[in-house]
Amino acid sequence: MTSSKNKKNIKAYNDKKFRDRIIQLSHGDGGIKTGELISNLLLKYFGNEILNKLEDSAVLNCSNKKIAYTTDSFVVNPIFFPGGDIGKLSICGTINDLVTTGCTLLAISLSFILEESFPVSDFKKILSSIKSTLDDTKLHIVTGDTKVVEKGSADKIFINTSGIGLIDNDIDISPEKIKAGDKILLNGSIADHGTAILSCRKEFNFKTNIVSDCAPLSSLVSDMLAASNKIHALRDATRGGLASILFELARASGTNINIYEDKIPVKKEVHGICEFLGLDPLYIANEGKMVVFVDRNDADKVLQAMKKNKYGKDSRIIGEVTEKGEGLIILITELGTKRILDPQYSEQLPRIC
Amino acid sequence: MNNNIKELVESLNNNKPDHKINIMEVCGTHTMAISRYGLRQLIPENINLISGPGCPVCVTPIGDIDWIIEIARQYDVSIFTFGDLFRVPGTQSSLYNEKSKGKDINICYSPADALDFAKNNPDKKVIFIAIGFETTIPLTSVIVKRAYKEKTSNFYIYNTHKLVPEALELLLVDREVKIDAFLCPGHVSAIIGSKPYSFIADDYHIPCVISGFEPMDILESIAMIIVQINKGISDVEIQYRRVVREEGNPAAVNSIYEVFDKSDSVWRGLGNIPGSGLKLKKKFLKFDAKTHFPVKINKSGEPHGCECGDILKGIKKPSECRLFSRICKPENPIGPCMVSSEGSCAAYYKYEKLKV
Repeated sequence: MTSSKNKKNIKAYNDKKFRDRIIQLSHGDGGIKTGELISNLLLKYFGNEILNKLEDSAVLNCSNKKIAYTTDSFVVNPIFFPGGDIGKLSICGTINDLVTTGCTLLAISLSFILEESFPVSDFKKILSSIKSTLDDTKLHIVTGDTKVVEKGSADKIFINTSGIGLIDNDIDISPEKIKAGDKILLNGSIADHGTAILSCRKEFNFKTNIVSDCAPLSSLVSDMLAASNKIHALRDATRGGLASILFELARASGTNINIYEDKIPVKKEVHGICEFLGLDPLYIANEGKMVVFVDRNDADKVLQAMKKNKYGKDSRIIGEVTEKGEGLIILITELGTKRILDPQYSEQLPRIC
Repeated sequence: MNNNIKELVESLNNNKPDHKINIMEVCGTHTMAISRYGLRQLIPENINLISGPGCPVCVTPIGDIDWIIEIARQYDVSIFTFGDLFRVPGTQSSLYNEKSKGKDINICYSPADALDFAKNNPDKKVIFIAIGFETTIPLTSVIVKRAYKEKTSNFYIYNTHKLVPEALELLLVDREVKIDAFLCPGHVSAIIGSKPYSFIADDYHIPCVISGFEPMDILESIAMIIVQINKGISDVEIQYRRVVREEGNPAAVNSIYEVFDKSDSVWRGLGNIPGSGLKLKKKFLKFDAKTHFPVKINKSGEPHGCECGDILKGIKKPSECRLFSRICKPENPIGPCMVSSEGSCAAYYKYEKLKV
């Protein structure tokens, strides 16, 4: 949580309240104020057996299983948006990256870069949102860090998280396992996150009801794994949208893919905003969408399991792997015409994650 | 495919003309829709859809981009632009590059955002890049009138507005371009109505159909054109009846001419077209960024090998440009047609790069 020389300032368990109203440089200088921030604020939210020790490194018990390890930084603007905030996003992002390996979540780290004068009330809102996302997944923060920079040197708050998970020896999920005939499943509507962020930015002058899909997908993935041992690949479709993820997997597996435009759910309002701004929902970010490649014989089983999970009610089979190939994604339009999705095309969007 | 579309496609194929015809879709939004929905795969082979000069960003001369960049470099100004123009390369730089270097350049969705910013920041000089056809000009005119009424003294427009019908006449006179019919932009006609196109049907005997933007609209409009061609007649018809009236929106048109007078205008690829542009009336000249922020620019030049000019006239298809998809790509655009979300090259690159 902090370097050892500062530990004298920190007492893990206390009843004191954090009374400061804005973040100041002293909250990051390693002194008394830093100690107060950690013990009177952060530990109030995230305290647990490992974190409370406030060691330089967390020590975790592992068996001799394979370890999944990932890290991600979050700089979204605005920091609060319909359906989430930078805190929830930072936990979901790392969880969703981890569970694409089929692992069981073990621990997560949480680091903040705060801008001087950032309101503590906003900080508390973010901490509480992180806490409830963690509660949803039964995952614990085991280590972290806080830095404060001068006003103007960062935009309010940046977050970095990293996470580790343990992979059972009989689980082997990777793009190399994708083969012709595999069905491609998706757990709901696309482009909600990117358009939600766009529509609540200040330069965007009209109101929408679009809500980000930001969600931790660990329970969804474990339900899928319980339903079938023939899941070949998983990928969360974040920046670059569904199209980019499909392209990545097609390339990595040396296969061609057909997807069906009319099978991919896009909410009416999202469709409208995309038409208005000239954006293609297939390329817009999601924060709670998992793309699943599964053996065709198990596709229905997995689909049913997904639909029973709260994050998979609108799950669909959106396409299939057709053959070995150079990684072409062919989109069958709603008119029955065909076009090839372009891999490199990306929309110019503001800071969305 | 739903049954309405199936029937329409069948009837198109049954009634196809006995010779090859070129239909120019004037508007970039049509170009995008045609490519995105793969409509070329549904229509008879002898109906050739060619893209026209209907993407405002694409027809803005490179000199204008250079001019705006020079203003940003030489004066302490806040520039507001629609997103499409942001990455269009000028001779040496783009607004995107200038922003990276610290110039105050902002993307906005409406000219009102720029004026509001000017009102809230009286110490800043704010320039809105007024770009677009008849669809967006009324918005600019309303904002200029508001700035005048509210005596705003720190708001300016860099005016590059252009008028569609005048450019179409130039294409008809140009012998290189062979056009048998026009698919006219529905949004423009929501403002100007159908009459401004009458000269095309009457004097040049070219059928015009004012079309909506859904795939069904476009197919239906093509069918209406085919009927005219098979009958040997030329009319201006409105397919997009749910939005367009023959008289258009007279209030919006009046608003335009309260603020602007017609003038000549240079179109990228097409050259100077008499009467195809607008200039601020004398009363509103104080809002003109060009006169308020004089700059000298070095010679502006088109990128070497870029065929945007011929593509905008419908003489060449994007794939016939040597730079297309080899050097000129959305992430590294050389010409404007690859930058704009409505540009033909962007449409072809994104949706028709490989024929399936």
